[in-house]
Parts: sequence; C-alpha cells; structure tokens
Amino acid sequence: MVENRPVLNIVQHGLLILGAALFVFPIYVAFIASTHTAREVGSGIPLLPGGEFLTNYAQVLGEGLSSVGAPPIGLMLFNSAVMAIAITAGKVAISLLSAFAIVYFRFPFRVLAFWTIFITLMLPVEVRILPTYEVVAQLGMLNSYAGLSIPLIASATATFLFRQFFMTVPDELTEAARVDGAGPLKFFRDILIPLSRTNLAALSVILFIYGWNQYLWPLLVTTDESYYTVVMGIQRMANAGEEQPLWNLIMATAILAMLPPVMVIIGMQRLFVRGLVETEK
Amino acid sequence: MRAKRVTFRHRWLPYALIAPQILITIVFFLWPASQAIYQSLLRQDAFGLRTEFVGLKNFARLFADPRYLDSFITTIVFSTLVTALSMLIALVLAVMADRVLRGALTYRTLLIWPYAVAPAVAGVLWWFLFNPTIGIIAYALDGLGYDWSHYVSGTDAMALIVIAAAWRQVSYNFLFFLAGLQAIPRSLTEAAAIDGAGPVKRFLTIQLPLLSPTVFFLLVVNLVYAFFETFGVVHATTSGGPGNATNILVYKVWRDAFEGLNLGSSAAQSVVLMVIVIALTAIQFRYIERRVEY
Repeated sequence: MVENRPVLNIVQHGLLILGAALFVFPIYVAFIASTHTAREVGSGIPLLPGGEFLTNYAQVLGEGLSSVGAPPIGLMLFNSAVMAIAITAGKVAISLLSAFAIVYFRFPFRVLAFWTIFITLMLPVEVRILPTYEVVAQLGMLNSYAGLSIPLIASATATFLFRQFFMTVPDELTEAARVDGAGPLKFFRDILIPLSRTNLAALSVILFIYGWNQYLWPLLVTTDESYYTVVMGIQRMANAGEEQPLWNLIMATAILAMLPPVMVIIGMQRLFVRGLVETEK
Repeated sequence: MRAKRVTFRHRWLPYALIAPQILITIVFFLWPASQAIYQSLLRQDAFGLRTEFVGLKNFARLFADPRYLDSFITTIVFSTLVTALSMLIALVLAVMADRVLRGALTYRTLLIWPYAVAPAVAGVLWWFLFNPTIGIIAYALDGLGYDWSHYVSGTDAMALIVIAAAWRQVSYNFLFFLAGLQAIPRSLTEAAAIDGAGPVKRFLTIQLPLLSPTVFFLLVVNLVYAFFETFGVVHATTSGGPGNATNILVYKVWRDAFEGLNLGSSAAQSVVLMVIVIALTAIQFRYIERRVEY
C-alpha cells in the first residue's frame, strides 16, 4: 500500500469479507440443510444447524438413496478417489517419460511425436463424445476403472510443463552423469526425477482436482451403479423424477463430494497456486 | 523445436519412452476425432441399417436449423456473461487483496477454494439455493417482489447457470489477477502517488494497462471454460430447459447423440466445436509467443 487512506481501508476489507462470505454462503446453507430432516428442509429455510448430522451422513455413506437407485456414497467416494488417483498417476508417469524422450534424445519422428501430443490440447472430450465412447465400448472398457481413467491420461499440458522444466536443467549435470558412466535411465531416475520433485507435486495437486471433478466422462462410460463417481452420481439424486428430492441427503452428498478437493487446495495451497500458474504458462 | 545440446544415444529407448503417450493419444484422441469428421459426412437411416455419403449436407442442415442457431446464441450469451461476471468480480477482489498489508494470505485462502468445487456440484448447490419452493434466495427475492422460477422462466434459468458457472471461476481469475498485480513494481505506483495520483487514477493509468496481458489471457481461458467445461452445470440442473433456454452447444451435442440418436448431426456439431477450440487455442498460443517477447 502506498499511502494511508482509512476510508479506503474499510472499503477494501469490507469488499473482501463480502466476497469471502459470498463464496462461503452456498456451502453454509448446504451444510445446514444436511443436518436437518427432509421435512424440516422442505417446510421452511433453517439457518441454524439441526440435530440430524450423524443420521444423515451415516445414511448417505452407508446406504445411499435406494429409492432413486443411487448406491452408497461411500462407494462413490471410493470410485472417485480411484479415478482421480489413477488419472493423476497416469498423466504424471506418461508425461514425464515422453518429455524425457523429447528433450534428451534426438530420434527420427521426434517433432512429429511432439505435435501429436500437442494436438490433444485441441480435442477435449466434449468435442468427440460419441466416437470416443464407441472406441471405449469396442475395447470392452465400459464400466471399469480402466475405462474411467485411461482415456483421460494423455496430457499435452503436463508434457509441456516437464519439457519446459527439463530445458532449464543444466547440461553440465548430464555431462557429469555421462562421464561417471550413467546411462539414460539411471540419469532419469537419480537426477531428473529428484530435481522435478516440486513440479511433480504441484502438478499432482492440479491433476487430482481435475480427475475428481470429471463429470461428462463418467456419465458416458458408467451404466453400472457400482462404478458411479460421486460428482456425477449426485445429479441422479437431484433429478429423481416424480419424487420430491430429499434435499437434506443431496446436500450431505454435495458436501462430501467437494470435501476432498477443497481439503487438497487448502492444505497444499502453495503447491496448488504454483501448479495452476505453471501449467497455464 | 530444440532439444538439449547434450543428449543420450539409444536405438529404441526413446520410442519406448514416448510410446504410451502416443498410443493413448492415437486410440482415444486422434482416431475418435477422425471418426467424428468422417461421420459428419454420412447420414444413417432411422434404423441404422444404411449409411450414405452426403458430403457437407449435415453441415448445411445444421446451419439452416433455427434450433442450432438458437443454441449458438444461447452459448454466446452464456459465455459472455460468465466471462464478464467472473472476471469483473475477481478483478475487484484482487485489487483489494493487493492493497492489504496484513492478512493477505488469509483472504487468499478464503477466496481460492471454490475452484475445487466441480461445476456440476456448484450447479446443484445454486439449484438448491434458488429452488422456487424451498430455496433461501428465491424466498428473499420473493420478499423483494420478484417471483423467481427457473422451471418456467428461461431468463431465470440462464441467470442460475451463469451464477453457478461463474462462482467457481472467480477463484481462478482472482489468483491470476493477484499474481499479475503483485508483479507490478511498487516503485511505479509509489512514484504516481508522489505525483498526486489517487488510487482510482493509479489503477486506471498504471495497474490496468500493465495487467492487460493477464486480462487477455484470462479472457480466452474463461471463454474456453464457458464453452466446453460447463456441461455438468447444465446437465445437473436445467437439462437445457425450460424450452431450449439453456441448451448450450456442448449439451446439445451430447443430447443429440445419446438421446436423439442423430449421429450425423451430432458428428457435424462435434466438428464445429472442434473448429472453435482450435481457433481459441491458436489465439492463446499466438498471444503466449508475444508475451515471451515482453
């Protein structure tokens, strides 16, 4: 701050607090609703927590909403976790390897390989919905963890990030490793990966959130309830058709669905900010 | 494209390293995309028994279809509103947070977490808040004399998905604006202050021009988000309705494929969307090249 202006200071904190409150408000209401019975939520708008916290959460976690054909949320959370972790690990692994190949080797078709990876940037799932679904169906990967994760793990952004980083690693390190008789794989394992540790962690945070929040893809490839993920399963509960939706349980599910990624962001804020800014460069 | 000056030599290792990524890209990206282009040139009869090559007729039909053009306009309105709303709010918050001396990190923590909330979950949360019978905001609006109903009014439904989609994006924009503001040397603003420029003038003549690369970058990113990543918001809440008031392009392409089973048309829509992403990505990359020269 350049100069002291008391009025502006008040305005500034006021606006920031207002902004923060606006962000928290929907979550607060959702949480309150999740601690009441369905009747209480339906009859008026409670603003203070009710006494049904344990009952509601135990019900969604353990039983789910059998009336609308939703499996227990515990299972959906597990599916989401498997998908998010598989996508994160898969993307990091294949991107590290391909970036290593592109930066540290000269081989025919190197540029072609680079552009092939680059093109994936321009083909989000949304623009090739049906044919991708058909490929996955033909490979027999519908309703499986492989189908949920493998088609999403090709990543141009992660490859670029690692390529960018590898370019900044001093050539002297490579020379020294070679003089000492280290082959490419040993150099990769003992020098490059330890050096990339921070980038790896930052990227993993972003990818975990990306994987957890997938919606369209699980919607396409899962018809078997036991493979539903929580983010896409919640919509089944909200659009229950003729029945009045059980808002208290839906809101409990919403809270559970957002808890893991929100915890990751808050707990690893520095890595998250770094990852976000780096991947977009 | 550059490689390292010092490289390794190996006959097959680089291919083995790059193979998994290339394989997945070909099987799940390039092949389906080429299929989409191919199918967009075909037409199937109602029973899927016969397919004939129809050239660009699917596209001609698409652009002669008033519902498709409506969906285009809906998407443009939606994207513009989401982008403008989320960027404006984020800019105001970032300018304020940039001035804060103490507690800046606390504010940042409080403002960035909605980014973690999936668009579909955000949609369900706001759907509940605005629910005409039990939603607290609908209740408050009723008190103000506005009869909110996103089941009946297309405008209300649009407002709802705009708010739900923008809510989460504010966090993202806030982080980039704050980083951009903090990169501006303090000496510039201090010099302007000594010359008698007030906070508003300093913002308009120093901070905003220096932020323009960030603004442009976020403009593209937010448009891409609003165009392609908001399927969940619409699908989990309005399902394109009432009428077709919130039937945005990505939702329409899904519905025509999986509910309408109109393969040729859906494939043609995919190709149109592909052209849009390619254009937006190209703009983004050109701009990044320019920023490097800065």
